[in-house]
Amino acid sequence: MALAETVRTPQLYLQGLSRWRPIEIAFWLATLLPYWLAPDYLSLASQIAITALFALSLDLILGYAGIVSLGHAAFFGIGAYTAGLLSKYGWGEPLTGLAAAAFTAAIVGYATSFIIARFRHLALIMLTMGFGLLLGELANSAGWLTGGVDGLQGIHTWNLLGYFHFDLYGYTAYGYSLAVLFLLFLGARRLIHSPFGLALRGIRENWTRMPAIGAASRTHIQMIYTISAALAGIAGALLSETTQTVSLDSLSFERSAELLVMLVLGGAGRLYGGLVGAAIFMVARDQFSGIEPQYWYFWIGVLLVVVVVFMPNGVLGGLAKLYARWRGR
Amino acid sequence: MTPALSTRGLAKSFGSLIVARDIELSLPQGARYALIGPNGAGKTTLINLMTGMLAPNAGQIFLGEDDITALEPQERVRRGLARTFQINTLFPGLNALEAVTLAVAERRGIAQQFWQNVATYKETIEEAHDILVKLRLGDSCYQTTRELPYGRQRLLEIALALATKPKVLLLDEPAAGVPPEESGDIFEAVASLSGDLTLLFIEHDMHVVFRFASHIIVLVGGGIYAEGSPAEIAANPGVREVYLGTRKHG
Repeated sequence: MALAETVRTPQLYLQGLSRWRPIEIAFWLATLLPYWLAPDYLSLASQIAITALFALSLDLILGYAGIVSLGHAAFFGIGAYTAGLLSKYGWGEPLTGLAAAAFTAAIVGYATSFIIARFRHLALIMLTMGFGLLLGELANSAGWLTGGVDGLQGIHTWNLLGYFHFDLYGYTAYGYSLAVLFLLFLGARRLIHSPFGLALRGIRENWTRMPAIGAASRTHIQMIYTISAALAGIAGALLSETTQTVSLDSLSFERSAELLVMLVLGGAGRLYGGLVGAAIFMVARDQFSGIEPQYWYFWIGVLLVVVVVFMPNGVLGGLAKLYARWRGR
Repeated sequence: MTPALSTRGLAKSFGSLIVARDIELSLPQGARYALIGPNGAGKTTLINLMTGMLAPNAGQIFLGEDDITALEPQERVRRGLARTFQINTLFPGLNALEAVTLAVAERRGIAQQFWQNVATYKETIEEAHDILVKLRLGDSCYQTTRELPYGRQRLLEIALALATKPKVLLLDEPAAGVPPEESGDIFEAVASLSGDLTLLFIEHDMHVVFRFASHIIVLVGGGIYAEGSPAEIAANPGVREVYLGTRKHG
């Protein structure tokens, strides 16, 4: 190993870091399994894919740039309402709905990024939470537009690509959500292995050193925050298009908090952490709420404590450590 | 010739505590200056003021002929004023190659490229690798920073600063915490840097100071107490009393 590394050029070494590993290919192939193994659960699978995309968007800012957000549902909700309203007022084409949602969320993300980029740590948590609550109440009070607590009614999503009908069982919904998740994941993966991705890791690893190497950290943060907002908006739009409804809880504080829980469960800063975390969380919720409908949060609490105590870097961090130990033998 | 870096009437105080008083400093191009003084004399503060990490209450800072007093730290770095830190201020989770590549990418203005793989920027990577090799970090450049031996982390501090291609480099105790038998290596590396580079370093070890500095500035109580060639400073009775005579630690 050591010999191989001295022979390799630095360029080839860096190239090797972004190589596709077999486990990644296996992971994506496994996402197709629900079609055969659990055809009754395709609606759940579709929601998992959407939540995974949402978690991926949080991972980009939290896991890579170290920006903790407790208000990321704001962008999810903006995306959901954008696509929902478009559809309600006559334009139910799903792909352009996603684009419109991404655009609107990105605009709001960019506007708030000027404030976000000036703060760190606890102040950020308060700020993002503040933005989230503010937007939630705005949507609540603007009942004429959003439908208020009754939710947005009258959404009709057209056939995907003019052909695939959004069926009751979720065949189209899951395929659609999964395809969008996969494509955007590819984009995020490219971004992480780019010079910009390296700069984000620099911000996470040492915020104070960045200016001393001449880095424009604030511009970097504004850029990734905007990108992350767009991804969250797309996730929100996917939910409103596949469920053909939008409710206020799409931008609630609970959604933001749960998202953070999922990312911590799965492991932040690994791209796949949010995906795995979303799957564990949603399946656990589905199972626990079946057993004990009233107290299922109890079990989520247990799960969170156990994971954080035994695997401080999430499930994926724990697995990576085990693997390293096994390989070390 | 215009000095590489100079200050005019630089002053800073925290409440009633004066940490810099009326500092008039002038570093000629290519100079090797040492900044010495007892603990709490304001040496690191002076570096913080010059690099923009602290804002002065009064005075100006010039890089060449340009007044940089109002510029943000990263702007000063881009214009050629770099520094290292007394306490390691590195990127613990990046390896040495990634960290220096990042610094070079920032200087080359490609750090916002988010689509091409970083491995496609051949020249950037090679430049980073060359810097690491020059500082004898070539064989450990794939090792995560937090796993590097302490002495090598000190060298990486310097490598990161060099990646910004500075005209003036301020080194805050480059060998701090390194055992005396190894600190020579670090200063050998510093001494081997290009002669065009203007250097100012803080150091407590007088043997090192007299060996590597062409000029010494003595800072006491936030003000310049004396300055001159090593021989002049060694012969200055006042300096002997306030500084050279007392035992130092750190």
